[in-house]
Amino acid sequence: MSEATASKIPVTVLTGYLGAGKTTLLNRILSENHGKKYAVIVNEFGEIGIDNDLIIGADEEVFEMNNGCICCTVRGDLVRIMDGLMKRKGKFDAIIVETTGLADPAPVAQTFFVDEDVQKNARLDAVVTVADAKWLSDRLKDAPEAKNQIAFADVIVLNKTDLVTKPELAEVEARIRAINPYAKLHRTERCSVALADVLDRGAFDLDRILDIEPSFLEADDHDHDHDHHHHHDHDHHHHDHGHGLKHYHDEDMQSLSLKTDKPLDPNVFMPWLQNLVQVEGGKILRSKGILAFHDDDDRYVFQGVHMMLEGNHQRKWKDGEKRESRLVFIGRELPEKAIREGFESCIVS
Amino acid sequence: MKEFSPAPESASIVSVTDRVKPVALGMGVTSVHFLGPRAAFVGGEENVAFVDDKGDVTTVAVHSGGILSVASDGKRLVMGGDDGKVVSVDAKGEVTLLATDPKRRWIDAVALHPDGAYAWSAGKTATVKSGKAEKSLDVPSTVGGLGFAPKGLRLAIAHYNGATLWFPNMEGSAEFLPWAGSHLGVTFSPDNKFLVTSMHEAALHGWRLADNRHMRMTGYPGRVRSMSWSAGGKGLATSGADTVIIWPFATKDGPMGKEPAMLAPLQARVSVVACHPKNDILACGYADGTVLMVRMEDGAEILVRRNGAPPVAGLAWNAKGTLLAFAHENGDGGLLEL
Repeated sequence: MSEATASKIPVTVLTGYLGAGKTTLLNRILSENHGKKYAVIVNEFGEIGIDNDLIIGADEEVFEMNNGCICCTVRGDLVRIMDGLMKRKGKFDAIIVETTGLADPAPVAQTFFVDEDVQKNARLDAVVTVADAKWLSDRLKDAPEAKNQIAFADVIVLNKTDLVTKPELAEVEARIRAINPYAKLHRTERCSVALADVLDRGAFDLDRILDIEPSFLEADDHDHDHDHHHHHDHDHHHHDHGHGLKHYHDEDMQSLSLKTDKPLDPNVFMPWLQNLVQVEGGKILRSKGILAFHDDDDRYVFQGVHMMLEGNHQRKWKDGEKRESRLVFIGRELPEKAIREGFESCIVS
Repeated sequence: MKEFSPAPESASIVSVTDRVKPVALGMGVTSVHFLGPRAAFVGGEENVAFVDDKGDVTTVAVHSGGILSVASDGKRLVMGGDDGKVVSVDAKGEVTLLATDPKRRWIDAVALHPDGAYAWSAGKTATVKSGKAEKSLDVPSTVGGLGFAPKGLRLAIAHYNGATLWFPNMEGSAEFLPWAGSHLGVTFSPDNKFLVTSMHEAALHGWRLADNRHMRMTGYPGRVRSMSWSAGGKGLATSGADTVIIWPFATKDGPMGKEPAMLAPLQARVSVVACHPKNDILACGYADGTVLMVRMEDGAEILVRRNGAPPVAGLAWNAKGTLLAFAHENGDGGLLEL
């Protein structure tokens, strides 16, 4: 991490549908004995009962930027609050922004990339989404916000797992993975997750992009109590893998992964990527990539939110490390064929 | 620390750096004002430090948290804090609590009228207190800035997608001036003919009040955080670029179709500007810590503080224009007697 990055105040965005347990997680973060002081930005009309010295009520005002980029929105209230908070620098170590259940995480994230002053002082650490194991499947069907929050997440805290059966849990996880296979997923009861798993993740830190592997279901997927399903599932696109693991395909929100072990031509790739996010940025929620360019011994990494991209050379490829390029897009109605063909055209032949 | 390295053609720049009386306050400073003979350095939180012409410092506690907004009429400061309070402090250092937001919301903006009326905002609500009467107006989004007209009790309220002009003593008088984008600061020209807002984007926007014609003032590399009207209101000097940008307002068309003057170019962003109250001179501070005095007629520069310090956070002239006070963000600063 560069010195400039280290001196910036980390900001964690805490999102999730109403009643999923955001406030529980927030209070856990605040009450744990970590010796850190947090400034907490909460929605004025949101859930109450947060015990902290520095709480600021926000009103979730989404402002369009006049830069000809339609999906470039920022949270005007956050710009103002960050400005005010910076007058009290030194009084807190980190900031947590809690959004309402209906909020789109994109304007919050974009505020940290677009606004010059905010960018100077603070860095977005991660988007943490709290999901309710019992009700998320329903919300994914009827609430586009819930889908956005899952798609956008770096960390998903799947809460209230004690209220569902194992098959139900497997189903909700499969639905989450259909949208976002890359987020770290933690199963919790009453949001009891290790704070290190939600804070200081560096999810937007280019230096910390290590690999882009789908984070598949682990540990207790091996269902030993071969329970039979006593209910009839009417979902169309699933098939059992024998590990209690089903595959879903979300109708409109999905992730797209691209991979090649042949080098890419930076002079073709960069304009292609720029153009892709310019044209399709409204549909692409998040993007991330590790790239191996032709005649280049350094790994190139990038990450993006909608139309905003940032990238840099990260480090030398290690000896024996596979020089492979990987890209991931998470978004809505992604033009998969065009993206795949465009990507193929960037490979040095 | 970098050394000041003037460009070859300005090798003969006049320097008064040795005449500056240094001030070290040991607290973050966000703005500087003169109240009578003393300079008032407003802290980022809690305190205002008064510095007299001998350099003696007296600190006064004004808020129990961050100080978010300040307005001055030369006789007193009115401030809004994150403690939900509106407070004034006069030249003697006497503190008066003017208002408390019932929900303890942040007081984001304040304004002070020459006749003693004052205004503040919390969230979407702007409130004016004139004598004993208190009137409030809600605008469609959070208030970005407040400014009183020089004549009559009229308040301009900057917000998202425009500004609202309001006569607090006239029911139903609110007039909305639309312009897309987020407006953060607002000022009337001294002749009452123009309204100018500073925007979240790196631009100013203006309206000619006679016919609400638009004036776009763009081209800044960064957000404009400081605006100052020159003596007589002929020009509006602004921060936000690597030179001081001065928009012409001497004619009835204001800056419409005109280029601004660009003075005092440096390799650093201008952070604060303050025009002299009587003469066509301005003081400007830069992000690299430089402070200059500039003659507006020909752009001649005098060096007040060389670079190599934190960004300049505040600059102020006393009413007579015989004293200049400045402060860097870290509370180091100086007083210069002319």
